[in-house]
Amino acid sequence: MGPVIDNLDLYWSGFLQSLEFILWCLVGSLLVGTVMAAFRVSPVPSLRALAVAYVNVFRNTPLTIVLFFMAFGLPELGINQSYFFFAALGLILYTGAFVCEALRSGVNAVPAGQAEAARALGLTFTQSMRQVILPQAFRSAIPPLGSVQIAMFKNSAVAGAFGIGGDLYSVGKTLTSARGYDYVPVLTGVAIGYLIITLTAAALLTLLERKVAIVR
Amino acid sequence: MTDSSSVLFDVPGPKARRRAQVLTVVGGLVILALVALAVMRLAERGQFDAELWSPWINPTDENFAQVWRLVGEGLLATVIAAALAIALSLVVGIAVGVTRMMFTPILRIPVVAFIELFRGLPVVITIVYVWRAIVETEVPIDWLPGDDALWYLVIGLTLYNSVIIAEILRAGVASLPRGQREAGLAIGMTPWQTMRSIQLPQAFRTMLPALVSQLVVILKDTSLVAVIGLGYRELLDRGNQIAQFLDNPIQSLFIVGAIYVVINYTLSRIAIWLERRLSRASSSADEPEAEPAAAGA
Amino acid sequence: MRLNRLKAGAAAAGLALALTACGSDSGSDVEVASDTDFPAGSTMAEIADAGTMTVGTKFDQPGFGLANLEDVPEGFDVEVAKIIAGAMGIAPEDIEWTETPSDIREQVIEDGDVDMVVATYTINDERKQRITFAGPYYTAGQQLMVASDNDTITGPDDLASNPDAKVCSVTGSTPADQIKEYLTSDDQLVLFDVYEKCADALSTGQVDVVTTDNVILLGLSSEADGEFKLVGEQFTEEPYGIGIAKGDTEFCEFINTTLQENEDAYNEAWASTAGEVEGTEAPTLPEPDECV
Repeated sequence: MGPVIDNLDLYWSGFLQSLEFILWCLVGSLLVGTVMAAFRVSPVPSLRALAVAYVNVFRNTPLTIVLFFMAFGLPELGINQSYFFFAALGLILYTGAFVCEALRSGVNAVPAGQAEAARALGLTFTQSMRQVILPQAFRSAIPPLGSVQIAMFKNSAVAGAFGIGGDLYSVGKTLTSARGYDYVPVLTGVAIGYLIITLTAAALLTLLERKVAIVR
Repeated sequence: MTDSSSVLFDVPGPKARRRAQVLTVVGGLVILALVALAVMRLAERGQFDAELWSPWINPTDENFAQVWRLVGEGLLATVIAAALAIALSLVVGIAVGVTRMMFTPILRIPVVAFIELFRGLPVVITIVYVWRAIVETEVPIDWLPGDDALWYLVIGLTLYNSVIIAEILRAGVASLPRGQREAGLAIGMTPWQTMRSIQLPQAFRTMLPALVSQLVVILKDTSLVAVIGLGYRELLDRGNQIAQFLDNPIQSLFIVGAIYVVINYTLSRIAIWLERRLSRASSSADEPEAEPAAAGA
Repeated sequence: MRLNRLKAGAAAAGLALALTACGSDSGSDVEVASDTDFPAGSTMAEIADAGTMTVGTKFDQPGFGLANLEDVPEGFDVEVAKIIAGAMGIAPEDIEWTETPSDIREQVIEDGDVDMVVATYTINDERKQRITFAGPYYTAGQQLMVASDNDTITGPDDLASNPDAKVCSVTGSTPADQIKEYLTSDDQLVLFDVYEKCADALSTGQVDVVTTDNVILLGLSSEADGEFKLVGEQFTEEPYGIGIAKGDTEFCEFINTTLQENEDAYNEAWASTAGEVEGTEAPTLPEPDECV
């Protein structure tokens, strides 16, 4: 564990950087995924088609390729942003596709009577989505949404290879290659960092599931 | 999908239909304009230059045959790794899932620890650990066919995905009506028999979509070995090699990415087809009335 | 796996030697020794008996080690490895090339997966704890490359006064580590897996500076038709060594002697690879370090 203790400050800043990145992606992917899920069940055929295309492209492309096109494709189009932004955008779009699918299964799990009641009351599509369907869909979608987000936390390790630098995984990479440390202790430090994040998230998720679970 | 969404809104009237059409046309135009702008920018930056694309699309190019041979080899390597990892993950995943459900709480502790550990670790890190563990404990893997790196990848992917599959199965079993298990026990089956012949088969069926999307994840994750650089030459690694040699990363990775999309999309279509077939088979066989409530979902 | 193949090769030693002798005439201009005599039990004897060796190099470093579409690496490191292999009677086609990215180099040497690593491998004390370096066979120097129309950055000292300037290098490389002392914060540093990506980023304006050893920069700028220029002096010295198993001084000394005896081949190796890039200076073989 020598290398970890000697470089604790590096690990700490890497941990913070990864955490910040993860939080942005969490918020972003939930937003994008929700909008796309709403598109996917909307009455407008073109919006449905858009959402289907989005999900199929991003769910079926390896994350590394998505991130590559964010970091190197967008600047070719004249869009200049920080690599943090590009990597976050890539991971948000990638995760958003999975969020969309999780939510759609949640929407499908809402009993048909709920939607029918909303319509019978004269609520418009937007109103019934916002006030009746989505709140319930979110609840029953919490377990799959949780898995999607925890997978995202771990996928953030891949983003380190696309210009962010200073995140937890890159710290490990720097220590092993430039400083010549042994792989196992260095990586164990990195692994502990990710486990802190993912295990905490998993515990929170279990709490949340208990709290909002719908008993049917 | 469309049948369930019809529950969410009334059949659009003439006004709503017209609005939708206007929206579609306007939205379509905006997207078209953006695409045109992007194409113009890319052309300005010379990304459509013939020399960048010709090794990929021009059969008379000197590198054409080489490039596609490498892609073919890479694709084969990806498929082999994915197939092995999928098969192993299913076997190990069922074993882990069943032990977790059947063991007493004390015996369950190591299984739960195993699950939580590998569910929480980034796959890249798991793969590197497997590599180091195998080399340093000198576990002989020479008798296995193929490259050593193939097995680091396959074992790493299996550790992660078997845990996920175990959890999917557990959720599937939990979603079954309690009466299923009780009935099994009531007719004198042991808990293991009940699990094997009553609960698991049904859990598999309900969880099939989730299982198949996990298989797509496995296929995509084989590309992570390229991030580590252990030297297993799968599709993405070959794409990078070609991009490096021909100096056309945008073009090369575009095509490699498209190949992944096509394969994975096909896999998902097969999944949907399977799902339909199975649900049709089940609804005609038993409980014709109970099904729509669950499936209408 | 690979080790097994080596052992199998050793079993058929006599046959292998005969084969290398015949196979040496391959059109490559590297000299392959036909009758070799090494002390029994030495690494050289083992390799010569096996008739084949495994060399780790970069597969993504133009000018030094870049895999072509036939999976054969090309470059200065590759040629240097061929000279050393030739002195042990190993013809170029009997070398098995393994890709060794920066972060696994020490590891594959320790594991015994490779006989040596020639991979733009900077000699430093931390690495010496785990492996032994032969050489140096080349001394690189770190420099900066900017867009041709950039007049604000003329050397590493300008980086601190332009805190918005982004500097690109490769994750885990020595240059990436060394540039840090010139930066105001780590936010200025952008890291990728290969230098081509840095060049792409410089070309789209995503970063302002690319830094690494100057030969690599020259290679990148020559590909870009005057879009980039090198600025400032070389501000570090990067001696490239050949990584071998820790403590194998016999092999280390053999490598050093071989290089000194083959200066012509060494110069030829440079001229036919990295030396083809405009603006590079032909190196003279540096004095080898003591083998420890």
